[in-house]
Amino acid sequence: MIPEIGQFSLVLALCLALVQATLPLAGAATGRADWMALARPAAAGQFVFIVIAFATLEYAFLNDDFSVLFVAQHSNSALPAFYKFTAAWGGHEGSMLFWITVLAIWTLAVAAGSRSQPEEFASRVLGVLGIVSAGIIAFALFTSNPFIRLAPTPADGNDLNPLLQDPGMIIHPPTLYVGYVGMAVPFAFAVAALLTGRLDKNWAKWTRPWTVAAWIFLTCGITLGSWWSYYELGWGGWWFWDPVENSSFMPWLLATALLHSLAVTERRGIFKSWTVLLAIAAFSLSLLGTFLTRSGVLVSVHAFAADPTRGLFILGLLAAYSGGPLLLYAFRARSLEAEGGFKLVSREAFLLANNILLVIAAVTVLFGTLSPLIVDALGYGKISVGPPYFDAMFLLPMLPLAVLLGVGMHSIWRTMSGASLLQRLVWPAGIAAALGVTVPLIFYGHASLLTSVASVVGLWVCAAALLDPLRKWVLREGAPLTRAQIGMCLAHFGVGVFILGATFVSAYTVETEVSARAGEHFQVGGYDFLFRGVKPVESANFSAEEGEFEVRKGGRLVTVLASQQRVYRVQQTPTTEAAIDSRIGRDVFVALSKPVGDNAWAARIQVKPLIRFLWLGPLLMALGGIFTVLDRRYRLAIRESTVPSRSAAAPGST
Amino acid sequence: MLLIGLVLAGVAVAATFAIRAFQENLTYFITPSQVAAGQAPTRSFRLGGLVLDDSLKREPGSLTVHFVVSDLANSVPVQYTGVLPDLFKEGKGAVVRGRMGEGGEFRAEEVIAKHDENYEPPEVTDALAKAKKRTAVAE
Repeated sequence: MIPEIGQFSLVLALCLALVQATLPLAGAATGRADWMALARPAAAGQFVFIVIAFATLEYAFLNDDFSVLFVAQHSNSALPAFYKFTAAWGGHEGSMLFWITVLAIWTLAVAAGSRSQPEEFASRVLGVLGIVSAGIIAFALFTSNPFIRLAPTPADGNDLNPLLQDPGMIIHPPTLYVGYVGMAVPFAFAVAALLTGRLDKNWAKWTRPWTVAAWIFLTCGITLGSWWSYYELGWGGWWFWDPVENSSFMPWLLATALLHSLAVTERRGIFKSWTVLLAIAAFSLSLLGTFLTRSGVLVSVHAFAADPTRGLFILGLLAAYSGGPLLLYAFRARSLEAEGGFKLVSREAFLLANNILLVIAAVTVLFGTLSPLIVDALGYGKISVGPPYFDAMFLLPMLPLAVLLGVGMHSIWRTMSGASLLQRLVWPAGIAAALGVTVPLIFYGHASLLTSVASVVGLWVCAAALLDPLRKWVLREGAPLTRAQIGMCLAHFGVGVFILGATFVSAYTVETEVSARAGEHFQVGGYDFLFRGVKPVESANFSAEEGEFEVRKGGRLVTVLASQQRVYRVQQTPTTEAAIDSRIGRDVFVALSKPVGDNAWAARIQVKPLIRFLWLGPLLMALGGIFTVLDRRYRLAIRESTVPSRSAAAPGST
Repeated sequence: MLLIGLVLAGVAVAATFAIRAFQENLTYFITPSQVAAGQAPTRSFRLGGLVLDDSLKREPGSLTVHFVVSDLANSVPVQYTGVLPDLFKEGKGAVVRGRMGEGGEFRAEEVIAKHDENYEPPEVTDALAKAKKRTAVAE
């Protein structure tokens, strides 16, 4: 009975989504206020029914209702309760329902936050969100219904994939989805603005906080995913250029470009076409990511689905949701006039460079991700594109981007003299160059050209980001920093921290695979590892062999690491549980594998310098985003946005 | 104009690098039957099929293993030194990356991990299907 309530609620939600997708848009086109007024109640009603649907699915999971096929496939009565809860998005059908739930939350937030915007515009935004929602709900109902019953009811469920039985999985997918789906909001704003025919500074100002908010979640989600794969997959890698990772990373690259180009549109009323196209492209790539992960065309951790009807359905949605707005754009493009010009040395020019480089990066990642699929589809055989392609192609636009970032931060709008800019930046550049070259050599005695260049660039970005805060807070000179400026400095400092982390991890990781007998010593990366041997460990849903390593440096005990080789009972799946000792400067990583005969066990031992910076950097970026969203002018924009507010146009503020 | 020129030049450079890096890192997928037919490239490629039952032999106490990858029509012996993925198992599908060594043994540099017990890499499914078709035609 309960699952049927869920199903019924989802059907009602679809009906309301269809109302939301049609009447407010028609009302805005014909000027009928009563139709436009339907947008908010429809969104709120949709939200309520979707929450009911999601809650009934959770209810089925928590009560072990294995008569529901999706629950039987992804849960088990022995599964700990909070994994039962998270199993709801641990499979295809549930994760689509989750997608819908997240969109409903965003829509509700937009409905609440857009009250001060012109009614015509707000109802168009909500109308477009309704179209998106209706499409995805239809997709869930017709191809991926999580409420389908199973007869006869099995005695127990098939259990959750053991890799997903991990605390990281509680927060990683929801965060990523909130970011992914959140790209629908700037998309809806862009389409609404195209429909209205007014793409002005106000439009950019309304869009920007939403874009930044979605971007914050996307950033955190990707970071969590990287961290999760590092400790859970047991290989010690942190980024694999796996198609699923790429499909969340491409929207991130475009979202990053978008929030920079929105800054230009908001301030100067230029780059409008570009901004609109980025907003459409970022959401299209989110949908493409959904297609890649949900259609079963890929070989990967998250690709649990294998059903062509689903793939075709999403491709259809993708074509409609990107093709429609592009057509609309083609009609409107001529009316999008720039409200001003700019010179070669100006903040606009640097932000343009930022956008071009980010888009190039996204395109090359897209090319590497899709080409195996295209080659296969054309019947030319199966190929794969190795991570070195992605590494090289990503570095190529990113290094110049990072160099320009440091300069661009200190440039001003419209025009400025190159000389004054250089004068300001001589010191940070000099310090970065000196430290970047010498520090790796002092600590490690060797550094490749790329390592030196990358550390100089990383330090340069950090130094450039710290310049203004230092001058303000230490030397007490210059204008007070707005929250947006603090946010920008923090986020860019995070970029520098990330670059340093990536550089040091790539250049100075020491890793080895050993066959270890109890009592044997291994010297890795300046540490001594003593293998103490293996003992059995039992838990509720798995049994394991646990191998202990004593880690010493210079004779002093640093830590004892216990890594497990687990076998999960229901699916009989073996997994490796790595043991990691983390310090800010380095991680020591041990992963026990299988016995290899002669009482020896295979194991991985790795020492990774500065790996925490890889995740600290993006967290700082996200924190910077939070500061930006909290900037005064957006709160003013929400309160009195119909009055074009004159925010303090201090030079150097974004 | 200058700006547009610079942008175009940048895109051209990026595209050139992209295509070179792409070609260098492209690996083909080859089935055991293609290896038997002498179609294996000299550069690194991916080989996929079933790991034959009872074919896994360890050099005791070391990380070196030997096993046989087969599409049930033809087989290729494989040597690998290193930690095997958790889900590597005899009788299950596997994909290895490396090149042919002397004596017809494939030297694997990497055994590509699967993430799900029941999941068979599409390459493996494909290789098995192809081999089946070919034997059917031969009969």
